[in-house]
Amino acid sequence: MDSEANLSQRLRKAERRGQLRAYALIAPLFIFVALSFLIPLGTVLLNSFYDPVVPNGLPRTVRALADWNGPRDQIPPEPVYAALAQDLKEAVQAEKHGSIANRLNVEESGLRTVFMRAARRVSAQEDGPWAPFFEAADPGWAQPGIWGTIRNLASPTHSLFYLSALDAKRNQDGSVGPQPEDQRIHITIYLRTLGVALTVTLMCILLGFPLAYLLAHLRDKTANLLLILVLLPFWTSLLVRTTAWMVVLQKEGVINSLLQALHLISEPLPLVFNRFGVVVAMTHILLPFMVLPMYSVMRQIPVSYVRAARSLGAGPLTAFIRVYLPQCIPGLGAGALLVFILALGYYITPALLGGSTDQMISYFVETNMSRSLNWGLASALAAILLGAVLVLYAAYDRLVGANNLKLG
Amino acid sequence: MFKRINSSALAVVGAAAIAFLPGISAAQQAITVASWGGAYTVSQVEAYHKPFEAKSGVKVTSVDYSGALSEVAAQVKTGNIKWDVIDLEPAEALKGCEEGLFEKIDPSKLPAGADGTPAAKDFATGMILPCAIGNITYANVVAFDKAKMGANGPKSLEDFFNVGKFPGKRGIKKDPSVIMEWALIADGVAMADVYKVLATPAGVDRAFKKLDTIKSSIVWWTAGAQPPALLASGEVVMTHAWHGRIVDANVKEKKDFAVMWDGQIQIPDMYAILKGGKNVAAAMEFVLFATSTQPLADQAKYIPYAPARNSSLAKIPDSNPNKAWLPNTPRPGRSMLTNAQFWMENSADMNKKFAAWLAK
Repeated sequence: MDSEANLSQRLRKAERRGQLRAYALIAPLFIFVALSFLIPLGTVLLNSFYDPVVPNGLPRTVRALADWNGPRDQIPPEPVYAALAQDLKEAVQAEKHGSIANRLNVEESGLRTVFMRAARRVSAQEDGPWAPFFEAADPGWAQPGIWGTIRNLASPTHSLFYLSALDAKRNQDGSVGPQPEDQRIHITIYLRTLGVALTVTLMCILLGFPLAYLLAHLRDKTANLLLILVLLPFWTSLLVRTTAWMVVLQKEGVINSLLQALHLISEPLPLVFNRFGVVVAMTHILLPFMVLPMYSVMRQIPVSYVRAARSLGAGPLTAFIRVYLPQCIPGLGAGALLVFILALGYYITPALLGGSTDQMISYFVETNMSRSLNWGLASALAAILLGAVLVLYAAYDRLVGANNLKLG
Repeated sequence: MFKRINSSALAVVGAAAIAFLPGISAAQQAITVASWGGAYTVSQVEAYHKPFEAKSGVKVTSVDYSGALSEVAAQVKTGNIKWDVIDLEPAEALKGCEEGLFEKIDPSKLPAGADGTPAAKDFATGMILPCAIGNITYANVVAFDKAKMGANGPKSLEDFFNVGKFPGKRGIKKDPSVIMEWALIADGVAMADVYKVLATPAGVDRAFKKLDTIKSSIVWWTAGAQPPALLASGEVVMTHAWHGRIVDANVKEKKDFAVMWDGQIQIPDMYAILKGGKNVAAAMEFVLFATSTQPLADQAKYIPYAPARNSSLAKIPDSNPNKAWLPNTPRPGRSMLTNAQFWMENSADMNKKFAAWLAK
């Protein structure tokens, strides 16, 4: 009895030691993943709802507006204007007024001008009354609109970026409604991104399945040679492959010159800077991700199963569909999921080979990140894409089973 | 034993360090200048950077950027300032100055012209801003390949927007400035009224409607070196271009590109100094040098852009073939100067609308 407890204790101790050693071994990888993936991802998610520009830049105004708490269709009383004047003077001193103006303008076009006109003059003014001062600087200050925008931005955490990413906005009267018609673009772009990713996945299945089948049923020597040909583009830089397609597809490129020389066409075909160019290049780039898992799964399918089906009376088509194909599903699923998820996030290929209406969501993440400097919206767009991928993965798990995935 | 080697090695290193100290500190002085790349950057390297390096011993590194102020704002916002001097257009110079991205430049520090004219009078109008000093003026024009179109090229901005008469793709910079003005002019707005119309929502819609008529024929470009390449590859039949790049391709690559001057929009380029950089003093020295008479005059050897100073213009000899290509030479056809104030106030909204229009 005693020795038995002792033994299990010793066993547990030994196991714990082994576990610790295992943890120590994966610690470098874990730290790397944390630094290079989890922390940036967390920052992105945080940026998508945490936005303290207005509460930090105009603290007194935000407080005065909360104290007043009047209806949204009225302009606030003098104390709010006085608080704003004080905040504005400090902001100008610290040169923070530009970023506040830009933040307001993101919510409502035209507010940058209204805000900056007051900021340019405020330092020269000693004392109130402030309401007439602001109204003289820009008539916008005597409208309830700008105050509504400031109140919408008063809390450092909000859902405005997510609303904007889904083509909605919080109006100046506090209600939630759709963006103006000419600004509603994101849902279209999400659908476009899904559409391109699906098309590319389908193309990869159509092209990759016969190829993988061929590879799996050839003699090893020939199969290896062909496999290297599949892998060769895989080892070339993404940018090189993309620009190579540009050379091949452009108006006076290889294909158009060839077709024209053969007198098959009189005018060059528009092959690039459109959806066609994007799908062709993305299919080419992602094809190995489809072929490799399918090939490794197909190689492990015993030939005897199909033979058995045939000997039991199944026709070649029935044997293929009912016996062979179901066994390919793990490879097919893994390849399709891999290609689809990679395609969703594609940036450089559509940017270089697509026209302005072929850009995918990552292009808009980049534009908001580095051109519009709207990091919150960029983060929200990225977070929604991440959410969509997770949902799709869960759906796949439900339908096919994630355990069924086979990557090679 | 080891101790002795160590101490003697140390002594050698120390002596070397003392001997080379002035050299080291001079070599460490370096500034980074961000500009638009291609033939334009080459002209700046030859006319400004090299003489400045020879004179001051400060090393000048040049990098290319797209002209968007956001690249500067991102550096300042993240506190990771990589550039010292930036070449930009007046709208961005005014906007960045107001947002505290740039150092103020004291105009009294600007040297007088070589002929003794005080700087304030020597510079063309609008070339001295609180945070930026002008260096050149260039023209936005429509260019086409004479080898392909011969004498039947476009004659007016209306032709640029006429896909029926001139089928084929058009290259346009992926930026609302210039093309919004052109769209209105081609739609019948007089040049004098362009910014008045563009300031109204109806005017913006009108410009987009006009652009819609050629939208499917547009190839967008982002760097000034692209238009000549697009023309050369036949990807476009005509393109919005910076005129100096077209002249450069004709000279260096023996192309036969033509410039259609009608509707040209002239825009100055200026130097500003990023706030919070480590080399503000050297950067200031560079800007004052580069915008002085001789370097500005020398630049015209390499690219046909009009110098910001009158004293530099006087120094460009008639033997310089670029002189005939300067944008301020009188020419038939309409021409206008950009309205920096308008773009400073409206670029944020205009960029937003433009991006949404592009995506549709």
